[in-house]
Amino acid sequence: MKFISKYRKHKLAAPLLLLFALTGLGLTFSVASATEAPKSVDAAARSTLIEEGQQIFLKGCSSCHGLNGEGAAIAPSLIGVGAASVDFQVATGRMPMQDMSQQAMRKAPVYNEEEVAALAAYVASLAPGPRAYTNEEIEWERDGNTAEGGELFRNNCAMCHNFAGQGGALTQGKYAPSVMGVEPKHIYEAMITGPQAMPVFSDKIITPEEKLSIIKWIKAAETEPNLGGAALGRVGPVTEGLLVWTLGLGLLIGIAVWLTAKAR
Amino acid sequence: MSAREKVAANVANYVDERTGAASWMKKNLQKVFPDHWSFMLGEIALYSFLILLLSGTFLTFWFDPSMRHVVYEGSYQPLKDVEMSAAYASTLHISFDVRGGLLMRQIHHWAALIFMAAIVVHLLRVFFTGAFRKPREFNWILGIALLTLGIVEGFLGYSLPDDLLSGTGIRIAHAIIQSIPVVGTYLSFFAFGGAFPGEVFIPRIYIVHVLLLPGIFLALITVHLMLVWYQKHTQYPGPGRTEKNVVGYPLMPVYMAKAGGFFFIVFGITALLGAVASINPIWLYGPYTPGQISAGSQPDWYMGWLDGLVRMAPPIETYLFGYTVSWNILIPGLIIPGIIFTGMALYPFIESWMTGDKKEHHLLDRPRNVPNRTALGVMSLTFMLVALINGGNDIIATHFDLTINQIMWFSRIGIIVLPPLAFVITKRICLSLQRADRELVLHGKETGRLVMLPHGEFIEVHEELSAEKKYTLTQHQQPAAIALVKEDARGVLNPKGIRAKLQARFSAANAENIAKPTPDELKQLEGGHH
Repeated sequence: MKFISKYRKHKLAAPLLLLFALTGLGLTFSVASATEAPKSVDAAARSTLIEEGQQIFLKGCSSCHGLNGEGAAIAPSLIGVGAASVDFQVATGRMPMQDMSQQAMRKAPVYNEEEVAALAAYVASLAPGPRAYTNEEIEWERDGNTAEGGELFRNNCAMCHNFAGQGGALTQGKYAPSVMGVEPKHIYEAMITGPQAMPVFSDKIITPEEKLSIIKWIKAAETEPNLGGAALGRVGPVTEGLLVWTLGLGLLIGIAVWLTAKAR
Repeated sequence: MSAREKVAANVANYVDERTGAASWMKKNLQKVFPDHWSFMLGEIALYSFLILLLSGTFLTFWFDPSMRHVVYEGSYQPLKDVEMSAAYASTLHISFDVRGGLLMRQIHHWAALIFMAAIVVHLLRVFFTGAFRKPREFNWILGIALLTLGIVEGFLGYSLPDDLLSGTGIRIAHAIIQSIPVVGTYLSFFAFGGAFPGEVFIPRIYIVHVLLLPGIFLALITVHLMLVWYQKHTQYPGPGRTEKNVVGYPLMPVYMAKAGGFFFIVFGITALLGAVASINPIWLYGPYTPGQISAGSQPDWYMGWLDGLVRMAPPIETYLFGYTVSWNILIPGLIIPGIIFTGMALYPFIESWMTGDKKEHHLLDRPRNVPNRTALGVMSLTFMLVALINGGNDIIATHFDLTINQIMWFSRIGIIVLPPLAFVITKRICLSLQRADRELVLHGKETGRLVMLPHGEFIEVHEELSAEKKYTLTQHQQPAAIALVKEDARGVLNPKGIRAKLQARFSAANAENIAKPTPDELKQLEGGHH
């Protein structure tokens, strides 16, 4: 203690003390803000994710969508479509397209989850657009209302996707696919991005809560038992007519033949 | 006489003394009906009608034919608190909250589809065997009336629940009414009590569906059957069967048993369908609001051809003196069906004029022996089938990976090209079958047994047909064509002019047949081999 009291009045004491204080403060701050530190790590990871995505994009997508996602005669520009579009199109297997037919169809996805995330990050980096969602974020079970969703579905979706979500035909070979068995996040992403021939249903037209209700109705329709017996594809009277002419009339005429057969 | 027989005799005597029923019953219970499976097709329609009456009565106990707005509070959760009409809500109630209600609804609807299908196959049987000829022309017309009313009745029936699909159907009916030039708008206001959809349409079609049309049906079916009774049933040709007799079994007991049993079989199959196969799941369609529509909206099958015609119609409209004439609805929705049904109703008279045949016929034709009629029938069927296929074009497109546009163009071209093609092909097939019959009669059946004759020639042994079989194959008449009389002996031109020419041409086409074997030809062959 003598040492301290001895040099207490030294002319360098004040500047040194200041230095210690500043160093201490700085250290404390840097320790206290340690949670911020990974941000720079995350940013780095993110840029590697984007780079990975770019690599996948260059290999798998650029031949149609252009080296920078600017689009070409055969494929649209991806600038500004956002991660939601990529997540929907690639994770449902629609992209990359199998053939240049009217419409990309759902199939087994070519890329795994990480690759899809990388692609989505890359495309999202081109220009801002709707973000991708996870199934956990789509709280349809908690926030949706089945009956309201049904009304919304009939108002906005049934004209193409059919009353029971079984899908339907559009012009020139395009079609609205069945919405049965689709992951909630993909339904949500489809509504906000409007893939293929589908229009965009912005949050002003159908609010996020209403979107959850639609998803809830679709999930209810998916699990609804066939209350009247065999559902016959839930496509309306065409299959009913087919059944009556084959099984119904077939049986009846068969029995008529049997009733009038000569005893041998 | 045992005690029991005595009681029965006393009861019968008691009734007979007061009603005189015995002699009538004795006569009519012994009435003979010919036996053939194709004669039971009309019965399927009759029994389905009875099933429709019974199941329909059940449904009326709960159905509320009102377009009053209600909020659904029943047990089907996905529609909870949804606003809808009382008609729709009560149909949901029948489906989910009435014991056996859904089963009865489904039985009623399946029975309707079977009813219409049975009417059509019955009509085809009558047409292709020529059973509509004199003296049965009126019964044919009654049949066409029943078919037409059946289509209307079915349409009104599935329109009643006021669900999204049926509302769409009513909307199309509304459009067809509106397409009638000049008066269409007024007629639609009259039918709907104002603008579409209004509040009165469901109650109105309800009373037509459950009272007016079933009443007319009952009356027409009664007359239809009374005429069959009075004119006797036609029969297929064969040994012992003539234009003056009916070969078959008596009504009592054989036909009573067969027909009674068949009723229960028809009921059983309808109930089976109602129990295992969903039909018109109105809870999935949701309530009707004019702003909504579902992909794959189709009518029931018997209206499908009409929908198909409308779907393939090119978008033609004209604007005349301030009125829009929508040919794209008017032609397929009213004009073509009008021509089809009028033509069908008048066909017995048309054929009689074409062939000049004014004789009574109680023996049926084998379709091959009347190639022209058979070909006409297949031609009309082809037309209807192409239209029906186009009615389901969207479902076919999605399920067979085709485009709607391809199917539409196939139908547009096919409906013009395929029917005449079907006519030619059918006629050729009929003539070939006639040729085969002729071979069979002259040379017998091929046995596949080869025999070497003493001088080395190989022949195949042909087994001669029985006399009965030969008779069946050769009993039919082959009328000659009507000769065209241009002018009579005194040089006066035929006053019928172009009509006579047309008749001569039609009758010549009708008389195109492979000559059936003559007795001389048969005799020549006897003893010899070929």
